[in-house]
Amino acid sequence: MDTQTASPDGASLRQSSAEQTILEVRQLYKHFPVRQSLVDTLLHKPGKTVRAVDGVSLSIARGKVLALVGESGSGKTTIARTLIGLEQPTGGEILFDGQLLDTSNRHASDGAMTTPKITLKRLRLRAQMIFQDPYESLNPRATIFEIVAEPLQVHGIAKEPQAREQRVTTALEEAGLRPAADYFLRYPHELSGGQRQRVVIAAAMALEPELLLADEPVSMLDVSIRAEILNLLRELQRQRGISILFITHDMGTVAYFADHLAVMYLGRIVESGETFQVLRNPRHPYTQALLSVVPVPNPRLRRQRMILQGETPNPVDIPPGCRFHPRCPLAAERCRHADPPMVEVEAGHQAACLLVG
Amino acid sequence: MQTPAGMPSPVSRLVGLAEPQQTPLLSVRHLSTDFVSLDKTKKGAEIAHALEDVSFDVYPHQTLGLVGESGCGKTTTLMSVMRLLPAAGRIIAGEVLLDGVDLLGLSEREMRRYRWKELAMIFQGAMNALNPVIPVGDQIREPILLHELMDRQDADRRVDELLDLVGIAKSRKNLYPHQYSGGMRQRAMIAMALACQPRLLFADEPTTALDVMIQAQVLDLLKHIQAELGLAIVLVTHDLGVIAEVCDSVVVMYGGVVAEYGPIDAVYNAPRHPYTQLLLEAFPDLNRPAETLASIPGTPPRLNDLPPGCRFGPRCPQCSEHCSQKKPELVEVTGTAIRQPSFLQHHWAACHLLAGVAGPAALKVSD
Repeated sequence: MDTQTASPDGASLRQSSAEQTILEVRQLYKHFPVRQSLVDTLLHKPGKTVRAVDGVSLSIARGKVLALVGESGSGKTTIARTLIGLEQPTGGEILFDGQLLDTSNRHASDGAMTTPKITLKRLRLRAQMIFQDPYESLNPRATIFEIVAEPLQVHGIAKEPQAREQRVTTALEEAGLRPAADYFLRYPHELSGGQRQRVVIAAAMALEPELLLADEPVSMLDVSIRAEILNLLRELQRQRGISILFITHDMGTVAYFADHLAVMYLGRIVESGETFQVLRNPRHPYTQALLSVVPVPNPRLRRQRMILQGETPNPVDIPPGCRFHPRCPLAAERCRHADPPMVEVEAGHQAACLLVG
Repeated sequence: MQTPAGMPSPVSRLVGLAEPQQTPLLSVRHLSTDFVSLDKTKKGAEIAHALEDVSFDVYPHQTLGLVGESGCGKTTTLMSVMRLLPAAGRIIAGEVLLDGVDLLGLSEREMRRYRWKELAMIFQGAMNALNPVIPVGDQIREPILLHELMDRQDADRRVDELLDLVGIAKSRKNLYPHQYSGGMRQRAMIAMALACQPRLLFADEPTTALDVMIQAQVLDLLKHIQAELGLAIVLVTHDLGVIAEVCDSVVVMYGGVVAEYGPIDAVYNAPRHPYTQLLLEAFPDLNRPAETLASIPGTPPRLNDLPPGCRFGPRCPQCSEHCSQKKPELVEVTGTAIRQPSFLQHHWAACHLLAGVAGPAALKVSD
């Protein structure tokens, strides 16, 4: 494992050194241009952009789970896709194990010359992604063996048939598909949703990655199956020391699973900290509202819910000032004008709200 | 299809302790539905027993939850009651009593008078249930024009009121579904279900595809409408949290049968069926973070290949020889559970393990 000391700047979000940080993201931006009509183009109207990710900094400690929570459209999936190189960032830096991710073939901007770089292919050998829908993320025409062996083939690992079979067997059995040989020649349609998600996990684990990006890995599954997959991911994390970026909209799962928690709203992280700091003492009004509406499976704990009116605004027209102010029950006049920075509310717990601190 | 008259009505047994004057609006008794598929490669027909002996009551002003995993018969129950089963579906036994009238005994023509006017439904996947080429307001107006003696102007006025009730600006009624967000489409579906002022509303997974905040808005809206109109609601979902938030009583279904049925507090805080117990432990709870979540190994049974005894037997950690041979019957367990005088129903569960526990007080629904 190459352990490099990261540059000392931009370390506002973390105290740990690079050896303990597997992934660090600094001021990440991802803007998508909105397609213009021909008339607008001819009239030279300024193009609009969707600001999906709008200045996000986060870090994941080695062996830990960071949960990224937010509603649809908050930009959480875009972050994961950008981290694994499926999208080009508009701005910002991604450091994997202290190495700057080289997302393009061009030279990165100034200041980065001193930091060692990692190519996308090298990154994907060490970081893998699990997608949300196990019904759509498996090739219906490939056998389970082919699916799990493909990453090995791409990276030229375990080239001898026997070694490859061994790797695939291990991966499938670790993902709970035993005996593995029974699954080799089967096709995805022959498996249940839970089994498919296990195949997806096996394919990701075949490369023995250090980081997993899991994008809502259980939201499509039934409750009883969901628990099995969560337990499996947790076991892998504990035994192999894998770090996980766990993207979800389900706060209940977060409490069970994550060490750290970051809450997103409209392309920004509005609150972050250790899971129980945030859950016990949410400081940002959005986090408070989000927590209050999580259905609790106990009828004796029905409580006053803080239901926000309206819906998340379109990320094309992000409100000025605090981006949450139009829906915030506590919004004051100054919230309309000033964009709140992240401030520390207690050790390791930050929130971006003018009314805290 | 109809139970012979004169048979002692099990309804009386299910009606409660302190408020006997409350009578259920809807009583479903011993409802059984099969799906028959003609398989040309094999001889004869293949039969899937999608529902077997399902009984429950729905009271005015109350919400009943139907909960279970995919394929356990939740939607089939609603479709059987509405008599909207697909061609392969056959109701083979049972009664569906709405104010004492057996809906299963009505002709199709008579049944049509009940749908929308007495019982209405918010269909699953409501996001996609709207016709994409017709403005939303016109779609809401359609059942009004079909079922009520009303001219267009009055119907339009009703549409405005309905949109107002569900919190959609009147100015948006001429927009098409794709111009609505997911939450607004769900509100429009609710408005449509309420178009003919039904007394009973079936909501099939009304919040499943929605974000938590929008889900809270929609559930809040349903509660508000219920208080305003005195509706009875049957809410189908696989989310135990949603049930706990809004329901008064709950039916836990497994593999087409009722596993447990009772007041919400009793079922959640003193679950008697092993399936309910495991399901509750498998559900991640913000207030009760667990070291490991309980999981239920295996998958629900295939309905055309059911185990001979208890349907949950193959996945049950407490399954015995007896369980795998004989079907358990729904017995009353109230005597040993939490007894609160304000509850309308008793607490029932279908498990052999309870036979000894429930003791002489045990009643069978089928008595």
